Amino acid sequence: MGFFESFKTGFGAWIRRIFKKKRAKIGLYGPPNAGKTTLANRIVQDWSGGGAMGTVSSIPHETRRAMRREGIMINANESSIELDIVDTPGMATKIDFKEFMAHGLSEPEAKKRAREATEGVIEAIKWLDDLDGVLLIMDATEDPYTQVNVTVIGNMEARGLPLLIVANKTDLPESSASRIKSAFPQHAMVSISALEGTNIDELYRAIAFYFG
Amino acid sequence: MISMREVQMDLISGEKLERMTSMEKVRLILDKVKTGKIVVLESGLTPAEEVRLIEMTMTEIRLDEFSGIEIESYPAKRESSFLDKIFGRKIKGRMTVIGPANQLRTIEKDKYQIITKVSVGD
Repeated sequence: MGFFESFKTGFGAWIRRIFKKKRAKIGLYGPPNAGKTTLANRIVQDWSGGGAMGTVSSIPHETRRAMRREGIMINANESSIELDIVDTPGMATKIDFKEFMAHGLSEPEAKKRAREATEGVIEAIKWLDDLDGVLLIMDATEDPYTQVNVTVIGNMEARGLPLLIVANKTDLPESSASRIKSAFPQHAMVSISALEGTNIDELYRAIAFYFG
Repeated sequence: MISMREVQMDLISGEKLERMTSMEKVRLILDKVKTGKIVVLESGLTPAEEVRLIEMTMTEIRLDEFSGIEIESYPAKRESSFLDKIFGRKIKGRMTVIGPANQLRTIEKDKYQIITKVSVGD
């Protein structure tokens, strides 16, 4: 990156922070099965009067196409922000169709899912260029030091764009949001259960604060 | 020629990486990893190069042949001074290990260490 391009990128991010806008395109990122679509569905149901963005499954890579929902108005902190939510396919560095067969899919189904999942990862990466911020969804029952988490955080830091970590699945007894906080202490984090709606109002306040 | 009981590990110096373009780095890594080698990068990749590597990996996955990569690096160190933000200075990558997904397995990872196991053939 040349000097002028670096200056433009950095200066642009700085200006955006000063003149906060009230409309933002936010990507939901994270590893497969972190609960991105469950959260997207909850946001849509809470603020758009019903309807789901996508289907949820225990089989990884259920979401293999990015889905966008425009004009979701969130009211929190005595202000409102209009969001375009982009639910992205799970990011991964490896995709093995045999893993899907272990979840009960037939070999042809597993191979089809694997092919579509690789395309989904590429699509999720492409969307990084067209966002105003990211909600990085982490499964609080899993080790947070995954390369997907490190890579998404590194990219948002490099682009100077806001990032909010969402520690999901706090309804499960083995979850540990504090483990995520200690792994990435430089970033804001909200712990929730997207499935049960626990602490979801805190997340909406944080969204209004960081992306508004 | 690598026997099934041995694994080749290539340690790439920071000096060599500095002289390469992003695409050259990605190509070098994938070519090595696809032939079963483990690659250790002294100075790692930038965040933008990491996503490019993941993207290229996805395009090269072949069912029954190549299922992707295992890549592990530490969270990037960042000097977030006022001038860094204004000038959008690059975040430097840190030591990174990359290998075939079916051979390299991460046992433990935290801020200070990465512990991996390498299998030497099925």
